[in-house]
Amino acid sequence: MTTFPGQVGALLWKDLLVELRTREILGGMVVFALLVLVIFNFAFDLRVDNVGGVAPGVLWVAFTFAGILGLGRSFIQEKDRGALDGLLAAPIDRGAIYLAKLLGNLLFMTVVEAIALPVFISFFNFGRITLELALIVFLGTVGFAAVGTLFSAMAANTRAREVMLPIMIFPISVPVVIASVEATALALGGSPFAQSLGWIELLVAFDLIFGILCFVVFDFVVEE
Amino acid sequence: MSVTSLPLADRQKETPSRTMAWYDWALAVATFVSFPAALYGAFVYAPTEAVQGDVQRIFYFHVPIAWLMYLSFFVVFVASILYLWKRGDQWDRLARCSAEIGVVFTTLVLITGMLWGRPIWGIWWTWDARLTSTLILWAIYVVYLMLRAYSDDRARGARYGAVLGIIGFADVPIVQMSVTWWRTIHPQPVISLEGNENLPPQMLFAMLVSLVAFTLFYVFVMRQRLRIESLKGEIEEIEQLQESER
Amino acid sequence: MAVATQSAAPATTRWAIQVEGLTHRYGASRALDGLDLAVPWDERVAILGPNGAGKTTLLRVLATLVRPVAGRVILGGLALPGQAAAVRRHIGLVAHQTFLYDELTARENLIFYGRLYGVEDPGRRADRLLPRVGLAERANDRVRTFSRGLQQRLALARAIVHDPPILLLDEPETGLDVAGADLLDGLMTDDQGQRRTVLLTTHRLDRAVELADRAVVLLRGRVALDLPAADTNAVALAAAIRDERRPW
Repeated sequence: MTTFPGQVGALLWKDLLVELRTREILGGMVVFALLVLVIFNFAFDLRVDNVGGVAPGVLWVAFTFAGILGLGRSFIQEKDRGALDGLLAAPIDRGAIYLAKLLGNLLFMTVVEAIALPVFISFFNFGRITLELALIVFLGTVGFAAVGTLFSAMAANTRAREVMLPIMIFPISVPVVIASVEATALALGGSPFAQSLGWIELLVAFDLIFGILCFVVFDFVVEE
Repeated sequence: MSVTSLPLADRQKETPSRTMAWYDWALAVATFVSFPAALYGAFVYAPTEAVQGDVQRIFYFHVPIAWLMYLSFFVVFVASILYLWKRGDQWDRLARCSAEIGVVFTTLVLITGMLWGRPIWGIWWTWDARLTSTLILWAIYVVYLMLRAYSDDRARGARYGAVLGIIGFADVPIVQMSVTWWRTIHPQPVISLEGNENLPPQMLFAMLVSLVAFTLFYVFVMRQRLRIESLKGEIEEIEQLQESER
Repeated sequence: MAVATQSAAPATTRWAIQVEGLTHRYGASRALDGLDLAVPWDERVAILGPNGAGKTTLLRVLATLVRPVAGRVILGGLALPGQAAAVRRHIGLVAHQTFLYDELTARENLIFYGRLYGVEDPGRRADRLLPRVGLAERANDRVRTFSRGLQQRLALARAIVHDPPILLLDEPETGLDVAGADLLDGLMTDDQGQRRTVLLTTHRLDRAVELADRAVVLLRGRVALDLPAADTNAVALAAAIRDERRPW
């Protein structure tokens, strides 16, 4: 029987291959994120003194909303084709399914962020890409995707599934959003690293606690 | 063990009674007596607060209800874990009913918070740490109820609910922490309702009486709710039995 | 989540499949109502019955997709639900959904499932299976371009990618043309030429009598009739299936 990493690898390979060929998810996410940035430009009158307060929030709205698009698609695909049963009937750990979906979602969100971030910086003429910023964005994305992947699996099996996912994710991920926005504001504003350390620790704690919790609890979500 | 598998003669003993047991009556009486006592304590017995005046008296309801809100959701948390572990329907019932009452309590916390803020500060809502955290909590458990309502079948709704019940409660302290921290970084001029640490004994006593009243209320309503749900489950079983024998 | 270790072959018992008192409900209706069934190794059993009799539910329980409300289920000496993970290695499943990914080619689908089932060198296995189901020329075409019949053939190949000793086939002839239906016979023996233990549901009673050793008719979630296929025919089975008011 395949090892756990082997199972995750096979599942991830399959998801990436499917996405590569349809480009359903990624294209939509990138366009959406960029649109958000554009629209917020009209929504807020961004004079120089205003930017620091508003811009980090705008960035994370773009990331989270685009992220929800991708998270939503990941399990709906499986359910519509009935393919999830094929995975459940195979001798693989259910946790491998979760991990593979999580890694896939993480990858997609990271690609979107890598494109949106430079665009953001030029649109708002604010901030630079630093290692600190990259770390914060990564940690925030992991936390968001961890709970989002689990909720996506649940939402796919409920009525009004497109609505259920966002309303499940947003209240639960409030700590991630707060910490990410605050830390991003500090990083973009050029504050010393020590200041954002506290928020980063919060992100790490959230990622660890909920990463493990969601992984463990996933079994109960997919069983019949 | 289901009641419908017993011979008719034995069923009467096992079925939750259509009439209430003596301790449920005692509980009802205690609850209905404690509320006037709490009202008296809050409006008459407790002295008027120096700075805020009589408006502060809402505090004697706001705080105990908030504590019971946390208690309800803790019960949901424990019941959810037990359901996923043991799979008994009674754990699912417990979680479901406690979540319902919890949402009612949360709504009351928000409303009393707003009712306090309006005369004091002239605004309906302040984004202070406690109120904001409570709003998030409210959202989490309203979504819990929606998730159960929108699930395709009962067993799945119970499982999903249990998952959310666990994750939601695990999130509560982290939400609290992050919101409080955020508030300290971006302080606002309005002070929150929970400024009071050192209560004079009379105020403390009024608070405790109110707390007892609401706790009794919680237990009483939970018992009635659970009884109704249990009876509903039985009716369904009997209907199923009839259906399959047709 | 430790990876479960299991023996290389199923435990040596007399029975491939043992089911006792199997009960399952969907909402208010009872899909399975105290069903008992024992299938020895190498036997091919046709599970027949009207819609709603519980055929698909039975197969889903055996495939470890559904945890029943009550009853004992033992496959190859391994008991469900405790040893579900071990059981899955030894089962091949063909269901109403094909479990195929539209955007992957036929070969890629087989390689994917081969990897999930721990098949050594899944690429070579796929290359050997595709001709057996007549899909050699379409190996590198995406499944989205396949007709229903071709998808079903690929689904059959998927079911045996790991050469399982037990096959669960839920209406496997859906969409198959005459040539496709002939393939079914061949899939019921494993790579070593040994017979697989097969449970198949079908509405085609004539084929059932041809393919199977034993015919089991389910009515209302229970076994109503159980006899060797040689002792019956399509007409008799149809009559049994239509007769729903059989008292227990």
